[in-house]
Order: sequence, then C-alpha cells, then structure tokens
Amino acid sequence: MLDRANPEIVAGLEARAIRIAILAMGGEGGGVLAEWIVDLAEHAGYLAQLTSVPGVAQRTGATIYYVELFPKSALPEGAPEPVMALMPMPGDVDIVIASELMEAGRAVQRGLVTPDRTALIASTHRVFAMTEKIAMADGRADAPTLLEACRNSAKIFFGADLAAAAERTGSVISAVLFGALAQSRTLPFEREAFETTIDRAGVGVAASKRGFAAGMAAVSGNAAGVPAGDAGSRTSATAQAPAGSPTEATDAPLAALVARAEGAFPASVRPIVRAGLERLADYQDLDYAQDYLLRLKPIADAERRHGDGSGRLLAETARELALGMAYEDTIRVAELKIRASRFTRVRDEVRARDGQIVEIAEFMHPRLKEIAESVPAWLGRLMLRPGIVRSAVENATRKGRVVKTTSIRGFLQLYLVASLKTWRRSSLRFAEEEARLTSWLERIVAIAAKNYALAVELAECRGLVKGYGDTHERGVANYESIIALVDRLAGRPEPAQRLHELRKAAVADDSGSALKAAIAQLGTS
Amino acid sequence: MAERSFAEEVKKLRLGAGEEFRGEGILAITKALLESGVSYVAGYQGAPISHLMDVLADANEILEDLGVHFENSASEATAAATLAASVNYPLRGAVTFKAPVGTNVASDALANLTSGGVKGGAMIIIGEDYGEGSSIMQERSHPFAMKSQIWLLDPRPNLPTIVRMVEKGFELSEASNTPVMLEVRIRACHVYGRFTTKDNVRPSFTLKDAIERPVRDVTRIAMPPGTYVHEKEKVEKRWPAAVKFIAENELNEFFDGEAADIGIVMQGGMYNTTLRGLEVNGLADAFGKAKVPIYVLNVTYPLVDAEFVKFCAGKKAILIVEEGQPDFIEQAVNTILRRADIQTKVHGKDMLSMAGEYTGAVVRDGLKRFVARYRGDMLPEERPVEGDNSRKSAMAAVNGQVQPRPPSFCTGCPERPIFTAMKLVERELGPHHVSCDIGCHLFSIFPPFNIGATTMGYGLGGAGASAFNVKADKRVISIMGDGGFWHNGLASSVGNAVFNKSDNVIVVVDNGYTSATGGQDIPSSFWNNPIRATQNSIEKAVRGVGVEWARTITRTYDLAKMRDTLKEALTTPERGPKVIVAQSECMLNKQRRVRPQMRAAVERGERVVRERFGVDADTCTGDHSCIRLSGCPSLTIAPHPDPLRKEPVTKVLDSCVGCGLCGEVAHAAKLCPSFYRASIIENPTAWDQMKAKLRVAVIGFFQRRLARKAAFA
Ligand SMILES: Cc1ncc(C[n+]2csc(CCOP(=O)(O)OP(=O)(O)O)c2C)c(N)n1
Ligand code: SF4
Ligand code: SF4
Repeated sequence: MLDRANPEIVAGLEARAIRIAILAMGGEGGGVLAEWIVDLAEHAGYLAQLTSVPGVAQRTGATIYYVELFPKSALPEGAPEPVMALMPMPGDVDIVIASELMEAGRAVQRGLVTPDRTALIASTHRVFAMTEKIAMADGRADAPTLLEACRNSAKIFFGADLAAAAERTGSVISAVLFGALAQSRTLPFEREAFETTIDRAGVGVAASKRGFAAGMAAVSGNAAGVPAGDAGSRTSATAQAPAGSPTEATDAPLAALVARAEGAFPASVRPIVRAGLERLADYQDLDYAQDYLLRLKPIADAERRHGDGSGRLLAETARELALGMAYEDTIRVAELKIRASRFTRVRDEVRARDGQIVEIAEFMHPRLKEIAESVPAWLGRLMLRPGIVRSAVENATRKGRVVKTTSIRGFLQLYLVASLKTWRRSSLRFAEEEARLTSWLERIVAIAAKNYALAVELAECRGLVKGYGDTHERGVANYESIIALVDRLAGRPEPAQRLHELRKAAVADDSGSALKAAIAQLGTS
Repeated sequence: MAERSFAEEVKKLRLGAGEEFRGEGILAITKALLESGVSYVAGYQGAPISHLMDVLADANEILEDLGVHFENSASEATAAATLAASVNYPLRGAVTFKAPVGTNVASDALANLTSGGVKGGAMIIIGEDYGEGSSIMQERSHPFAMKSQIWLLDPRPNLPTIVRMVEKGFELSEASNTPVMLEVRIRACHVYGRFTTKDNVRPSFTLKDAIERPVRDVTRIAMPPGTYVHEKEKVEKRWPAAVKFIAENELNEFFDGEAADIGIVMQGGMYNTTLRGLEVNGLADAFGKAKVPIYVLNVTYPLVDAEFVKFCAGKKAILIVEEGQPDFIEQAVNTILRRADIQTKVHGKDMLSMAGEYTGAVVRDGLKRFVARYRGDMLPEERPVEGDNSRKSAMAAVNGQVQPRPPSFCTGCPERPIFTAMKLVERELGPHHVSCDIGCHLFSIFPPFNIGATTMGYGLGGAGASAFNVKADKRVISIMGDGGFWHNGLASSVGNAVFNKSDNVIVVVDNGYTSATGGQDIPSSFWNNPIRATQNSIEKAVRGVGVEWARTITRTYDLAKMRDTLKEALTTPERGPKVIVAQSECMLNKQRRVRPQMRAAVERGERVVRERFGVDADTCTGDHSCIRLSGCPSLTIAPHPDPLRKEPVTKVLDSCVGCGLCGEVAHAAKLCPSFYRASIIENPTAWDQMKAKLRVAVIGFFQRRLARKAAFA
C-alpha cells in the first residue's frame, strides 16, 4: 500500500487533494471535528478548505461538512493554489466520517462511499429519526441492513459504538470520532499531531483527550468491521432492568414453581414462561402465577396437537397472557413508583452524583373510572353511581396531579394505593380482564384445531389491549372489533394474513381511520 | 444576542497591509468592506448571510472606530432604502440580505434606487439560498438585476476573488452610477480560506458631513419626468460605462487550454465545481490548469459582448455552466453570437440539468457529455470501477431504511407547546385551516404535528388568511413569529385584519429573537441590548393598530392555559381579530445564556436545582403518544427492557432541559403515568440535607416493608 505518511510520495503520484466528508446532526460537534481536521492539517504543512451548509438544518437535521487537504510540498514551484471543491462528489471521497449509523447509511445512499476509494469511519449507535419514534408500535429501521450496506460499500470500514465510548469517558462524540480517524491511519498524521490539535483548541482538553483515546481503542483492530449484533447495543446496554421482576427478594416457593414449569414446557418457550411467572408473582402473588400455568395448559396441548413445530402459538400466548394478567392499573403503577429499586434507578438515569439530592415527582391523571375499577367491586359500583361519592371522586380527579414520591406525604399516598393490591381480585377491572382473557384463550384453542396460523395471529391480537385511560379504551375497542371478525375471516382465503393486516392497521394511527378503512375493505372483497 | 458569537474572530478585521487573514467567507467580506472605505452598512438576517449580520454586530466597536455606521434594518426593504444615502453623497454603503426572498421584499426600494442611480458606491450583498441546505423556494436573483439594472457580481468562491470583487464592485458602482449586487452562495459564505489583507480605510466623506451640509438633486428622484430620463441614462450612459469598466479591469477571467476548438463558460460561483468536474474527467489538474479553454464570468450581468466574441472565435462549440433557471445567460449569449454572426454552437441546459443545484456529479456528467460530443479523443478510456456492484446493491439496500431528518424544534423549544395545544384543540373542535409564516414555527408542518396549510412569506401569516373572512362556523388560525411580526406582520397581517374586520385568530410566537436565523434581537426582545432599543411590547403594538381582543400568555409551557386560550379565541362571540401573544424565550438561546451562569453558581458552591424528566420503562407500554404530541429531540425510543414486550419504550435523554412540557402533556392529554420529573439539587443546604435524612428514614421503613410483603406474597 501507498506510504500515506510521506507527503512527497503522495504528491508526486497523485497531486490530489484528500477529500473528507463529515455527516453529523446538529449539536453533535461536526463543525468542531471539521475545524480540528483543518487545524491538524495546516500545522502539518497542508492547505485546507472547509465548507458546510448550516442554516435551519443546524438544529436537528443532518448536516454535511466537507474538508479538502492539499500538501504544500506537492505544490510545484510558483504554482497557483490548488482549486478545491465545495461539496463532496459521489465516487470521489476518500474519507467519510458519520456520527451515527443512519447517517452512515445516508452517505452510502448518496453514493459518497465507494469500494474503490472510501474509508468509512462511523459510529454504529442509533439516533432515531422522527418517523421511527412516532410509530405507534415499532417503526425502527433495520440496523443490521444499514451496517451491512456500510461494510459492503466502503473500501475499509471502521465502525463501533462511539457514542457509548463518549458516554463512558464523559466526552463528546466529535472527540471520539477524531480518535477513530487517527486510529484508521487514513490521514498522513501521527497520533501526537492529533493530540496537539486538541491541546491547541484549548477547551475541555482533558475530556476530549479521554474521548480521543476511547475512539482510537474502539476501532483498533476492527478494520474488518464490527459484528452485526453490535448495532444498537448502546440502547440495550443502558436500558434499565425491569423493576417488575422481583429482584428485591429471591424467593424459594417461586423458584420451585419456575423449576416445575420449566419441566413442563419446550425449551423455546421456557424463558417466556419464566418471565411470566416472575411477573405475576410480583404483580399479585404465587397463586396468581399458578393460575397462569393452569391457563396455559390447554394452549400447550393445542400446540402439541396442531403445532407446526415452531412453538409460536404457545410462545405468543404465554407472552400475551402474562401481560394481560399483569394489566396496568393504579395499584400496579403506585407500587412500581415507590419501590426502593426504582429510586435508585432514577438516580442513575439522571446521573445524580454523591452528595446531590434527587426529588422525584410523578405526573398522574387517575380518572374516576380507573379508581372505581381498582377498588373492591361494591365500592367501585358506588363510585360509578351518580351521587355524592361519585362527584367527590370526580372533583378530586378533575385535574392531573403532581405527586412528589420522595416527600413523605406523596409517598404515603401512593403506598396506600399500592396497598389495595390485597383486594385486587375483588375489583371490577379484575373481573373484566379475566372475562376477556378467558374468552380469548377459549377461542385460540378452538381456532387452533382448524387453522394454526390464524390462532397465532389471534393470540397476538391481545397486544392491542394495553396502556391507560383513553389509550386503553381505544385498544379495547380495536381489539373487540377485530376479534368479532375472526369467524368471518376463517371462511376466507388466507385468514391469518388478513387478521395480521387488521392488527397492523389498528396501530397505524391513533384516530382509528386505517382500521376503519381496512374493515370496510374486508366487507367489499 | 445571537446564537453564535464572533467576538474572537472579528479581531481579524483589524489586520493591516500584507498580513494573512484566515477564516470564513462572511468575515472576509466584512474585511473587504472596511478596506473599501464604506461609511455605512445595514441588512436583515437570513441564511446564508445571517452570520454576516452577527459579524457586523459583534464588530460594532471596530466599525465605530473607523467611523462606519451599522444598522439592524427592520426589513430588507429598509435595508435597500438605506442605500439612498449614496444617491446624493459620495458615501460608500453596503447592505446585505437573503436572496431571493429578501430581494423580493426590497424590490420597491431597489427599483427606486436604480432609477436615479448613485453617486457613492452602493453594494447589495445577497446570500443566494439555492440548492442543498436552502430553506426557501428555488429561484434566482438574476432577473432582479436585469429588470432594475443592477450589476450582478458572482465571484469565484475563494477568498481572494471574493475580496477583490468587493473592492472592484464599489469602483464599478461609482464608474457607472449603478448599484451592484454581490452574489454569494451558501457554501461560499461559509468557506474557510485565506487572503492577504490591506489596511482598513476610514471614509473621507462622512455621514455627519452629509447631515450637516445637505444637498439635493431633483433629477435623481424617481418621479416623472425624471424617470424617462433615467431609463435613457441607464442604457446610454451607465451600461456602456459598466461594460467598459468590467473589460478594462479584467473582472472576468480567461484561462487557456489546448483544445482551442471548444470552450467552457461559467458563472464565477460555479468555478470550483466545474474544475473538479474537469479534474475527475481527466481534463484538468488540481491547480486549475485545464485542457479546455475557460471563460469565468465574475460579473454575470451585464455580459461583455466583445469578450464572448473573442472567446468564441474559432470554436465549434461552448458549454455554459449556469445554475438555476430560466437560462438567462445562455439566451443572452445566443443573442450576442447571432448578432455578431458567429456560428459557434451554444450548449448549456441541454447537457446539464435545467433545474436543480449543479452538484459535483451533475457538472461532472454534463462536462463529459459535452467533451464526448466534440472532443471524445481527449477523454481517458473508461475503466470499470472496482466494486461497483457491491456499491449499487448497498445503495439499494439502504433505500428503504434511511429516513429523512427534517429540521424540527429544539429540545425544550417554547414553540412546541403551542402546537401541542393546537393538537389538543383539534381533538375537541376539529381541524382548522392554519396559515403559517416563516421561522422555526414553520417546522409544525412536519411530523409529529403536521399542522399548517400554506406560508406566503415573512410576516404574512395573517395576510395569508385574509380571504377567509366570511361568515362560517369555524375560524382560521394564523401563526406568526415575533420576527415576522416586526418585519412586516404588524401592518400586513394584523393591521389588515383589523381594517377588514376579520374575526380570525392570529398567534404571535414571542420567543424574543428571530430564532431560526440564530437568535438576532428585535424590538420586543426580552433583554437589554447595548446598541438597540428592546423590550417593546407586542400586545401594546397590536392594540395600537386597533385589536381589541388580545391576550399575552407569559409561559407557553402552560399547556392547559394555551389550549383554553386558543379555544376561547376560536369560539368567543367577540368581533374583530383575536391576537394571542405566546411568550417564552427561545430555548436554544436561553440555554446559551443560562448554562454558563448555572455552572458558575455550582462552582461557587451555591444551591442549584437542575430539573429533567424521565420515563419509567416498567409502566410505559410503548405506544409513543407522548412523542407524537411533542416531538422533542430529547424524547426517543429504546428497546423495552421487559422481555415480554416487543414495542420499544419511550426514553428521555440526558439532554432534556426540564422544560416541563412532558408533564404538561401527560396531564392535558391524559397520557400514561410513566413520566417523572427529577429535581437534582446541587450543593444542598443543611436544611435540604436534614429533610432528606428524615425522608429516607420514613420512606425507607415503608419500602423495606413493601419488599418483605413481596417476598412472602
Ligand atoms: C423575506 C425574508 N427575510 C428573511 C428571511 C430569513 N428568515 C427565515 S426565518 C427568519 C426568522 C424568523 O423569526 P421569527 O419570526 O421570530 O420566528 P422564530 O424563528 O423565532 O420562531 C428569518 C429572518 C426569510 N425567510 N424571508
Ligand atoms: S431555535 Fe429556539 S425557537 Fe427555534 S426551534 Fe430552537 S428553541 Fe425553538
Ligand atoms: S421535559 Fe420533555 S419536552 Fe421538555 S426538554 Fe425534557 S424531554 Fe423535552
């Protein structure tokens, strides 16, 4: 390979400016990185030109910075200055630096990354685009596809989760990218030259140096690329452990129950059943977890008898049943909010340091209906009947409430609500959910005998029932209108596919118009 | 106070003769103005010259030292009218704005100015906002130059050429008694480069001289019969004078090339892209030495006929690289050659594209097409590009995955709650026709809000709703920023609505700055500005033009109030326009102001409370309504930590500034109870600590009890 470290050789052979494109989002320090590169090059005897397209895009949009570097030593005697371009040309870029995986994908899409010349240096973490975030279910782009495209279109690819490296070192991604650039050895400058550039800039030098070193380490020895599983690992690594599992107490009877269940189910569904049991024991009690096993039994039988070997029906039903039995009511919310483990988690999440005090306030909006449904049924009915009880509760819940969980008063309020757990089984909501789950399970078993795939879809439909307040009501309405159609679908071609489409339509928007349209279409076809 | 400070960089404006300047294009232009001895500068912000306004503001002290007066004009019309100072006096002046929108607003003044002509050099620096990164409709400034007869300079995008054209531009203006436009494209404004400086020049004739010894010349006023004389003068005197000056001073440039039978003509601004296109086609080296002769138009209007005749002599064909449409230059060149009876074939838009930015790839391909047609022998042999198939399949693979990132409101933006409130009102009263304006608030048209039907220009939000002024069961809502309000909106939108007895609703977003352009001050800015008069009330102003129903909401984050006020405005039986002034400081600028203060306070050991929001993943069911009603960049999604759930949860990033909207949305829209607000107390007082200790003791007791109960459940 060419000795990039010797400017004379580079010049003699190519007399060509080095072209560098930086793709970053507003606020990520793409400009700082570009300025560092210019400063680095100028101090090493290069002419440098830098341009960018700021403007409103600077806020949150994607921005491209473009740098060209030309070795002064390659200038023939008395030659004019080289003419440098103001924008990257597809097929003509030597180094592309991308601050995030989709931005790297964007560089590929624009043809800036080509196998004959481009070194691609990218952070493989994801910063989600608005369209991905506002999806009602999961609208995320496929990270492995993006990563694969980066690897396939670059001459050499240096990828790693550099945002995580920045976070670990208390630095910013621009510094980490600068380190990755140094490590890539795609520029004819030594590490010391990079570091003195940071010194010269003079702001936050120590943190930038840490980030820089982390960037070098992150891409060292990964010229061949990163394993596909790495994409998005940052988010999963920093996601909190669910407080819904009884991590606070290891509990022997539960362990015994889990062990017993594990023997009764195929290996592929064991993790789900285990999670389900733990969830329900935590949600209510051991008996409730046992109920769960009992209810799953007919499904396990159906799976054995009619299954296609995938175990999908059992897995999906086990998952949905656990979520359905552990429905979100005010009792559950209160309990989760006041746990000691949650207080610790919040401290971590807001990065509180020792010596700082953290106060937590909740934004609650319990409504008459939700309260009435959580208390014993007799009291609930009283609350719902017009009268003084009803108006008193209504008055108290007219406005949203901010509850300070870290104050003694606020804590005790929630503690009291959480204590209603003992009576949960006698509440209106409990009966309602039970009935819904029972009929759902029965139908799954019945349908499984006729059409396994349709039964799996039916199992997944229960996922529409979730959330609180309006969201919950809307979910129930959608669920019910879809379920009502299952028998009609069963007589038609490809019923599972159709049910799947209806389920997707239900989460396509929150006005319900997509579902309405899908149902209307069903009527005509 | 603008978002970006040039306080350090403006020191370079003091460089003297023979020193090297390094920096951005806009700073180089400022330096060139000072070297040219301007007496006054003015302008109105707008990308890509917003930073030029910031540089001038930050350089005010240096300007004052030199006796140069700087104005933040109320609009581009004001800026253009400012050049009137150069009509009767030998004063050099420059104004700047965004083009072509600013030129549209300025054109009344520009036409009056050019009719009578100027005595002192008058320069209009226009930031041509065209192509990638542009925020406006795609049009050219060229026809403005043509219709009013303003000379249009389009320098090669490197600092020495830009600086030279500023200097020569003033001379050209004076030699031909005509204002000149210096056109700089987006990238040229921000290009970083070098040039050798000269000493700054203090104007010999000053504004004070003019004020104290006024002169007038009625023949310079655009009023018949003068106007008829002016028109004749334009073509008989000023035009020939300009052409002579341009040719004699060699403002346009010729570069030889071995292929004498063809040639390439280009706008100066297209030079670097064209040379790079030639380089990758193997037709030029890195230093601008091309095999094809080149003619660079640093002045694109007027064209110099004789130069074209000379360049085309003996050529079979030329290619004109002219960005944007229509193809004014190409048409003019065809006419020139026809009149001179020269048979050289003229190519341009047939080989390049008619519309759209002339990017590297467009120009590279167009050049290749042209050379292949006439001199295919000069093109290197085509080699298949290594790995091209894997590139193509990778490009295809990412196509469905890469999603656009349109600009959106910043973290904690005070404008966002206004649109959240509009969404909530929509749920109750149904959708309304919404007329938008120009500014950050226009991001409402993108997801997640999807609010807004039209925008007719700056300060014209209310004006765009004028026709909808008939009896109906609903009202129309217009949005306007405080910037747009003072620029044009007070008269064109609010005054108009009062006069025409409109019943519609106008929301004025009073965030203290023209934020979209970086946060320049305006008459109603909240803070003191040492050189401007701020803190003028918008509500008072609208009442002054006759609005009766006006409400100021002093905290846009108060979502319930915002929603209820909107609802009231939409339903009140009261007649006349309803104006809601929605007030809260632009968060981007607020953070810039407040962050260093907070940091310093923490370092001094003072008690500081930082707030931010969070989401409890274990109660979040992942339907993302909160994001759809807010769209804050600090709200994102993350894989659900619960193995039983598939949908990602909402997550609040550490960049959250605790504006409070998340909590307000959770309440007003009755969302889930997952949001929490954490108040982090730095340097807690002894009282704080005592309170905390007591709480830990009591709460800890119950928490342990809870854990025990769980264990024995
Ligand atoms: C005629 C015209 N002049 C200038 C601009 C450039 N410009 C775009 S947004 C903006 C500022 C808008 O400020 P404001 O109305 O206060 O809204 P904000 O961005 O603060 O929400 C300006 C000056 C333009 N688009 N049109
Ligand atoms: S610049 Fe200010 S007004 Fe504009 S989006 Fe950002 S915070 Fe909002
Ligand atoms: S509170 Fe919500 S809207 Fe406000 S800054 Fe934080 S995440 Fe953004």
